[in-house]
Amino acid sequence: MIRPTAGRGNAGTLHFPDVSDLADPLLEVEDLVTSFRTTRGTVHAVDRVSLTVNRGQTLGVVGESGSGKTVLSRSIMGLLPARDVLRSGTVRFAGHDLTAMEPAQLRQVWGAQLSMIFQDPMTALNPVVRIGRQITESLRLHLKMDRKEATATAIELLRSVGIPSPEQRIRSYPFQLSGGMRQRVMIAIALACAPRLVLADEPTTGLDVTVQAQILDLLAAMQQERHMAVILVTHDLGVVAKRADDIAVMYAGRIVERAPTRTLFAHTRMPYTRALMDSIPRLSDPSGTRLRAIGGRPPDLIHPPTGCRFSPRCPYVQDKCREADPPLRTAGSPDHLFACWFPLVDGVPSGPSGSGQPVTLTTNGAPNNAVEAPAS
Amino acid sequence: MLAYLAKRLGQLVVVGFIISILVFLLVHLLPGDPTVVILGPNDTAHNRALLLAQLGLNKPLYQQYWIWISHVFSGNLGESYVTHESVGHIIATGFPIDLELIIVSQVVAFAVAIPLALFTARRPNRPVDNVATTGTFGLLALPPFVIAPVFVAVFAVALKWFPATGYTSFTTDPATNIHDMILPGLALTAASIAVYYRLLRSDLISTLQEDFITMARSKGLSNRYIMMRHAFRPSTFSLMAAAGVNIGALLAGTFIVEYLFAMNGLGYSIVVAVQQRDYLVIQGIALVVAIAYVVLQFIVDFLFTVVDPRVTRE
Repeated sequence: MIRPTAGRGNAGTLHFPDVSDLADPLLEVEDLVTSFRTTRGTVHAVDRVSLTVNRGQTLGVVGESGSGKTVLSRSIMGLLPARDVLRSGTVRFAGHDLTAMEPAQLRQVWGAQLSMIFQDPMTALNPVVRIGRQITESLRLHLKMDRKEATATAIELLRSVGIPSPEQRIRSYPFQLSGGMRQRVMIAIALACAPRLVLADEPTTGLDVTVQAQILDLLAAMQQERHMAVILVTHDLGVVAKRADDIAVMYAGRIVERAPTRTLFAHTRMPYTRALMDSIPRLSDPSGTRLRAIGGRPPDLIHPPTGCRFSPRCPYVQDKCREADPPLRTAGSPDHLFACWFPLVDGVPSGPSGSGQPVTLTTNGAPNNAVEAPAS
Repeated sequence: MLAYLAKRLGQLVVVGFIISILVFLLVHLLPGDPTVVILGPNDTAHNRALLLAQLGLNKPLYQQYWIWISHVFSGNLGESYVTHESVGHIIATGFPIDLELIIVSQVVAFAVAIPLALFTARRPNRPVDNVATTGTFGLLALPPFVIAPVFVAVFAVALKWFPATGYTSFTTDPATNIHDMILPGLALTAASIAVYYRLLRSDLISTLQEDFITMARSKGLSNRYIMMRHAFRPSTFSLMAAAGVNIGALLAGTFIVEYLFAMNGLGYSIVVAVQQRDYLVIQGIALVVAIAYVVLQFIVDFLFTVVDPRVTRE
């Protein structure tokens, strides 16, 4: 296996040294806000999102369509349209604040240190450019390879992502490949320059279920081999359950719950997370069981609801939820954050708990109106 | 690829045959006949009939067509009823003029329109884009018969940079030939610039919305590289189709400019021949132009397959 890093020497790293402490997270996103000005009004697509990704680890970002997860990943990269976009907050990557960088500096980071896997490889690969060039162009740009070297590296990359006879395939156009093969090519492109962090935006949504698992396994294997960090953006909690170290659940542009994967599943606090889990069909369900869909639809991000944004759809909603916005807070372990006034404890809503305090277990089993709205 | 091109070529042969029939019939639909021009309006009916018989114009149309087309296949396009110049010679001297006018006007049009579109498509609705878009709209409103006299007045008469009229063939004196061609070529280029610029700009703007452009940006590629390597090629379809039609229209469609600059191109010759009912000249020029048009479309189709490898499959 040829590792594109091997030939890099200092050339690539000189532009972008990792100035952070190796014990610090690779990526620290703090209070990231991204809004779009449209003719209808301002769309608050990402609202004060904070998250961290450690070196070599996987963060799953989960949410429904329209929850802002795609905008979040583009916003982390800085890959947004130049006009009619408002962005604030900081994105600290390997010790550098990406939000403070000039476009020319960002272009040295993009593709080289930080790359992206897109959702639909049919539209994200240029239909009229051979796949070989789509891989070699970043090798030649970032690693300063010559044509021969880049071609040889591209062939090895295609081989490593499981493309048969890569010497011939390198001359193919995207339309000559199957969907799964195209997504493998996309991964090869994203990994070409051995980035430290890969943002995978719904990498398997357009693929058959059988191919989905192959692609995710491939991504996991490449990640292990290269010690990359991955942000895996998906609408499917099932996809990240076994693959992510941490999970951030997004709803209406905000993170509503964030925890290590095991903790999140064992001690789900936010009713929305619970609903997402419940909506995964289980093999143990008797046949004919109705899918547990979440009622209603995600809110309009131009005029989001007041109070908790999930309150219009929450089965445990109280008056307070409609009035006040729940802050992100911890309970139990410090790395488990959630935004809910009445967090679930063992699957049932708890009484109101003070910020930062562990929730007290309630034994009251009634799901609705079990707790009085607190006087505020 | 080859099978696709062979299929297109086969279609073109059929089209060419149909065109030859239509050209022949259309000419004979014109009211009047060449005897009026040759003998003058006051000659006797008897003399007219004699001349018609002598020219073979009293035979049934299908026989006339057969005589004409069999001569065409043996390379003989006949001669003018009026000047007795051979049609082959008229075309051989006129076609290079049309070709040169087209080349000059189109090279200039592409050289202006493509860089301008590449520049403004990345800045839609900014001042530079608005100026370019409005400006080309203005060009579109300026037909050659307005531009040509203005050019002559300014660049030929006042500044004396270029000759006002005349044509020297390229083989006689290449430098003078090119010098002669600049003003008439530029007079024809304005509308092409406007059309090409606007088509390419709008196609580029929509291509730039595509995921693969965002993907290219995410690799850290420069904007210039993305425009040239990723955005330009998939944005050229409307441009190529329009160029095919536009160049086709300029074939023998440059009468006004040829007339103003006193050049005996095909456009000029065919208009004169129509006035004189000089059937063989009209038929010969129309056939050559039609074949050139068909070949042009064939080239455009071929370019489609070069630009987009998916075309061959469809």
